[in-house]
Amino acid sequence: MSAATPVPAPGAVPQLHPQPGPGPCDGDERIARLIRRQGCQGDGLIEVLHQVQEIHGYLPKPALLQVARALRLPLSRVYGVASFYHLFRLQAPATHRCAVCLGTACFVRGGGRLAAGLQRRLGLALNQTRDDGAWALEQLSCIGACGQAPVLVLDGVLFSAPLVDQPKALDRWLTSLGLPAGVETR
Amino acid sequence: MSVITLQVDGRDVAVPAGSTLLQAIRAAGLSVPTLCDLEGLEPVGACRLCLVELEGSQRLLPACASEASEGQVIRTDTAQLQGYRRMAVELFFAEGNHVCAFCVANGTCELQDVAVAVGMDHSRFPYQYPQRAVDASHPRFSLDHNRCILCTRCVRVCDQIEGAHVWDVAERGSDCRIVAGLDQHWGEVDACTSCGKCVDVCPTGALYAKEDTTAEKHPHPERAGQLRRAREQRQWTP
Amino acid sequence: MVALPPCERPRLRCCAASGCRSAGAGPLLAALRAAAAAGDISAGASAAPEPLEVRSVGCLRLCGEGPLLAWDGPEGTRLFGGLTPAAAAALVAQVRGVAPIPLAADPALAGHQLDLEQPFFRLQRPLVLEGCGIVDPECIEDALAHGSYAQLRRVLHELSPEQVREQVRRSGLRGRGGGGYPTGLKWDTVALQPPGRRYVVCNADEGDPGAFMDRSVLEGDPHRLLEGMAIAAYAVGADHGYLYVRAEYPLAIERLRLALQQARQQGLLGSSIAGTAFALELEVRVGAGAYVCGEETALLHSIQGQRGIPRTRPPYPAQAGLWGAPTLINNVETLAAVPVILRQGGDWYAAIGSEGSRGTKVFSLSGAIRHTGLVEVPMGTSLRTVVETMGGGDPDGGAVKAVQTGGPSGGCIPAALFDTPVDFESLLALGSMMGSGGMVVMGQGTAMPEVARHFMAFSVNESCGKCVPCRAGTVQLLALLDRFVAQRATAADLEALEALCTMVKATSLCGLGQAAPNPVLSTLRHFRQEYIAALGPGS
Repeated sequence: MSAATPVPAPGAVPQLHPQPGPGPCDGDERIARLIRRQGCQGDGLIEVLHQVQEIHGYLPKPALLQVARALRLPLSRVYGVASFYHLFRLQAPATHRCAVCLGTACFVRGGGRLAAGLQRRLGLALNQTRDDGAWALEQLSCIGACGQAPVLVLDGVLFSAPLVDQPKALDRWLTSLGLPAGVETR
Repeated sequence: MSVITLQVDGRDVAVPAGSTLLQAIRAAGLSVPTLCDLEGLEPVGACRLCLVELEGSQRLLPACASEASEGQVIRTDTAQLQGYRRMAVELFFAEGNHVCAFCVANGTCELQDVAVAVGMDHSRFPYQYPQRAVDASHPRFSLDHNRCILCTRCVRVCDQIEGAHVWDVAERGSDCRIVAGLDQHWGEVDACTSCGKCVDVCPTGALYAKEDTTAEKHPHPERAGQLRRAREQRQWTP
Repeated sequence: MVALPPCERPRLRCCAASGCRSAGAGPLLAALRAAAAAGDISAGASAAPEPLEVRSVGCLRLCGEGPLLAWDGPEGTRLFGGLTPAAAAALVAQVRGVAPIPLAADPALAGHQLDLEQPFFRLQRPLVLEGCGIVDPECIEDALAHGSYAQLRRVLHELSPEQVREQVRRSGLRGRGGGGYPTGLKWDTVALQPPGRRYVVCNADEGDPGAFMDRSVLEGDPHRLLEGMAIAAYAVGADHGYLYVRAEYPLAIERLRLALQQARQQGLLGSSIAGTAFALELEVRVGAGAYVCGEETALLHSIQGQRGIPRTRPPYPAQAGLWGAPTLINNVETLAAVPVILRQGGDWYAAIGSEGSRGTKVFSLSGAIRHTGLVEVPMGTSLRTVVETMGGGDPDGGAVKAVQTGGPSGGCIPAALFDTPVDFESLLALGSMMGSGGMVVMGQGTAMPEVARHFMAFSVNESCGKCVPCRAGTVQLLALLDRFVAQRATAADLEALEALCTMVKATSLCGLGQAAPNPVLSTLRHFRQEYIAALGPGS
């Protein structure tokens, strides 16, 4: 049980050692700017991370390092915050993202069956990304579109799913949305 | 210095104002099991083992993080509390990979001691057997996540006593884990001074010195309190 | 308010809040404006028509029929649901009175008109939502014209902070976020702390699945909230505050930021507000996806840029909150109720509702129900009135099985108990809770162990991981519930389920963990036979 895992070769991890630099806000100029705008305050960490994610689509480690140095925060604290919140991504996002709502209203109206259909179809578990980075299947807990339940959000566009009780018709509808079919289930 | 008096399991006890319930319990010559609490570190009330009953209240109070107040009547060892504590220890054992027989901390492990104290010899809940890593990248110490109970003593001692803040908690819920730097290998984190305080205060075999093998760990949880007293009150424990 | 008194000049109000937006309000609004601007398109009209106002407003309540459109005119208000952009021209022609066929005969519009006399609308008592659906949420002049900030100005000039708190105490208002703590007492606690800096925080981290009351206030009438918050700040002596909004509400965040900017420009925020010495800076802080941040100590950590981890209380935030300073935390609906309390007086407000639960409460109705949407009713209204009379019951005509209140912290109440009045104590007595106001209706086809598992999966996913009962206990509860859903549980599993629920409830650190077993315990209490039936063979 306690067999030591080998340490990966150096170079397999991003270069993170802080280098002597001109000031606290070096590195990516866009990030430096937004941190200066924010006032280099540690309590603004979450706001800063939101904006960094807007720039990159996710939170790359070098950017986290830059944020930590500029805000003068411990690295582990920045990582702890970045990994705590669901909306922060530490990996590059998939090309296409399909998010299914599993809020209670959607659940009562067949959101679970919709999620199962999507899992079968994309060959992914919830909150999983395909190895080729083309598709990610995510779960949401209530986006407030309870009137349209059950809903899914495909690349940012909300759809109300009809026919969740009829697997074949549901499948045809998903095809019409452009979801790939017949992906091997892992 | 003002003094407050309260009753713990039928014993009257007087403690300085500002004392915690845990201090009052100990002053009464009694004890409750603890895991996350450690003298010298700010309490977090996370392990829930030191919960006690307060007369007149439905809520259980974490003794480590609750201030004693005048006239309180506390019970520390009711059947209800015993049942909860046993279940909490079972949950600890079931969520990690704790194998005492070949653990470096066998014999000095506080989780093991607590299990004995609450009479837990097996978990009624299924073991989760999580996939967890071991970080042996530091030249002197190792971190075995399998044995970590997320008490955060290492996080707090590194932040509050050493001031390096190498450690923090990453992720959330059952995915929580102790993390060094930006989720780096411990040995690559420049902030680490290799002081070993995290190893000293770790209640289990999660953090240990590399030279120690099975049942050879010598923890020093008392050092956190000693350092805090030395720093803040200029009092040493030679 | 949806139905308005008759008015001379016709006007269209189109809901542009999130619910209707996801149902197509954006294109409809654009088409209506285009049709209105295009003038009279019908053949034979000579005179240029009067400009027709097409106003974008907040929630018009019946979200399930969105996009919703209200037409105010000399005959009062008519409400339409589910119109497409293609129907815009026909509707504008009707409004202008130049349509070739009567409204009832127009195929593009007939069948889309909604009855404003039905109980869903008639039984509402809008106080918190009185401006929602009327005012343009992006226009402070409109909000001012509807009376926003009048109470703030009056309070600053005429009342002492103590007099303000007196009115709130008398109103009997209790926290609308779930806990039901007396608001006046909370304000007093903050106000009476030793001198020094204080903060005021609005908890807009509405996270319960199936709850969208606060979002509707934020999107539909943000100035009412800001006014309530400013009055609260004055009453407790705070000069700085935060609105913590969940990131999942982008439109609410956008409108709130706009409202803040407008209020500053009008001198209603910032320094020397309304010409007095009172100063208040408010900032929006956006969450990042963590249900636990609705817990007040976790929320404070998150505002400070930390992990959203709860801490033990005491000290309560009212004593030591943001950066250690006394901090008043109220949720959106609580603060939005403040202006009307000051306007009408605490006693007036206390006369509405029931003993112990004064005033009105906003609920969002969803799930297996005919009318999905938002209702504001006096506290003490029965569940049957809300779910069956107003909500219209099961959409397929079947019998409603249960209603879930209080989200992941609440429970399921069976239809047999629907005569229960909706107030804090009655719901608690049934093993559920008021919660923030989400009501999800379940039909006969919904299996209760599956509902319990659904909520437990939510709690597992949202547990912060700090304390062991919630972090590890919810995982074990979920595994046990899996066995019930799969119909292969044993009698020992049932025993373990109950014992562990009791332990997690009693020993978890924060409200999230303490309440996580409630959906299991309440379904065990009211639908135990479904668990018994799920025991596998041989047990």
